[in-house]
Amino acid sequence: MSFLRNYISTVYNSVRSLLIGMRRTGYYFTHHKEIITQNYPENRDQLNLPERFKGEVVMPHNDNNEHRCTGCTACELACPNGTIKIITKFDISPEGKKKKAIDTFIYHLELCTMCNLCIQACPTDAIKMAQTFEHSVYDRSEFIKTLNKPDSKLMEGVE
Amino acid sequence: MFQEVGTTEMGDLIINVGPQHPSTHGVLHLVITLNGETVKKVEPHLGYIHRSIEKMCESLTYRQFIYVTSRMDYLSSHINNHACALIVEKGLQIEVPQRAQYIRVLLDELTRIASHQLWWGAMAMDVGAITPFFHAFREREVINDIMEQTCGARLTMNFMVPGGCMYDIHPDFVKSVKDFMAFFRSKLSEYDEMVTNNPIFQARMKDVGVISKENAISYGCSGPVARAAGVVCDVRKLSPYDVYSQVNFEEALETEGDCFARYKVRMKEMNESMRIIDQLIDNIPEGDFQAKTKAVLKLPKGDYYTNVETARGDFGVYIVSEGATTPYRIKFHSPGFCNLSALDHMTRGSKIGDLVAIMGSLDLVIPDIDR
Repeated sequence: MSFLRNYISTVYNSVRSLLIGMRRTGYYFTHHKEIITQNYPENRDQLNLPERFKGEVVMPHNDNNEHRCTGCTACELACPNGTIKIITKFDISPEGKKKKAIDTFIYHLELCTMCNLCIQACPTDAIKMAQTFEHSVYDRSEFIKTLNKPDSKLMEGVE
Repeated sequence: MFQEVGTTEMGDLIINVGPQHPSTHGVLHLVITLNGETVKKVEPHLGYIHRSIEKMCESLTYRQFIYVTSRMDYLSSHINNHACALIVEKGLQIEVPQRAQYIRVLLDELTRIASHQLWWGAMAMDVGAITPFFHAFREREVINDIMEQTCGARLTMNFMVPGGCMYDIHPDFVKSVKDFMAFFRSKLSEYDEMVTNNPIFQARMKDVGVISKENAISYGCSGPVARAAGVVCDVRKLSPYDVYSQVNFEEALETEGDCFARYKVRMKEMNESMRIIDQLIDNIPEGDFQAKTKAVLKLPKGDYYTNVETARGDFGVYIVSEGATTPYRIKFHSPGFCNLSALDHMTRGSKIGDLVAIMGSLDLVIPDIDR
């Protein structure tokens, strides 16, 4: 007899607990405002990424096509993966002085782990992290980027 | 070493679970010997996600090697980074500013909550409930947003550097954490309602996968697995690092040693983490967030060991330095590996259906086991 009572009470408790759980489901079924899923990619315009988000290394240029990179290779040394390769050249100033400058700043996005160490190492704030995250491309050669724009120059006053 | 899948002379059945199996949470390969439905032996085979992280670290400088450790136990990446930062600070005797210590501990505890939330969802899914997984991810998403705001990444932050933190906290950090705490407290009743008090869930968990206190110690278990068996092993209590010595919290302990005890320990730990955050969040001192360090770090010749409490247990870093800019030898002690070694003991004699529940209660993260 006690076996039967136990059996019935177990079934009753289990069904009851399932109904309690289902009540929670019903609550969210009727309360649409508490649903937090987003309709990506339809909401691309409203996406608001925080300014510290690490998406990709970029080199900002001003209106006169000038950047702040002196070619000191501190970022290249700080990078754990060999993501950055800087090819330097010597510019000859009008006074006839030789000056080191960057020729190409090569950035391998496919090797980058967004660890932020290059940004920390840069003494002149020449590079920063951009808030892009849709990086997929059709060919892997598109990942190898040259960050300095063609014919860009070092900004005045940056040493 | 590899046994053929099939039947042995004794009439036992040998089957493979994994390396591709949804409930192993990664590429874990288990060779199981079955007698009917009873598990006789479980043999984990590792090596499917070996990335030789220890060897990689030997070629990286003391600033660079920290980011790699995020990829080991990716659910408690902050705490792994914390251990690496601590050992470099120990070797160079860097005094970390109070503010940095507070920020680190706050982020550690947030990571712990996020990790336990994911475990809670995955655990419920392993025993057959799908809805809790989405509820857990809803709360975890808020923590991920806080991490994204302050650290710039959601999972592999690399926020801890030798001497402090990479950045100061975001101006909205305190407010977002407080909002999260209020939000999470209001949702905790759902956790109990849906899973903890459910008789079906309890029947699957109670007296399943029992490990005694003595065996938990001899297998080297740590974290919630050992604490559920009654072993006092919280590194935050035994050898406090940063500001853990100044906060009040209790070590979550249970004595049963079964799956439900491990469940209860983790639920308690989430509450204790919230208690720690409550104590720290209003009192973050002013000051620097990073100590001034040399541009090139060189650990003096010798060997160093430091351990921290991750969401899974005792995580240790051992470094042998020859005085160069890179470590001569580095060894990580990961909690998942020791906890996995007890799986054979726990499952022996139980039914194959319980194997998944036991594995879920161990909270295995495979990249942590197989570095």
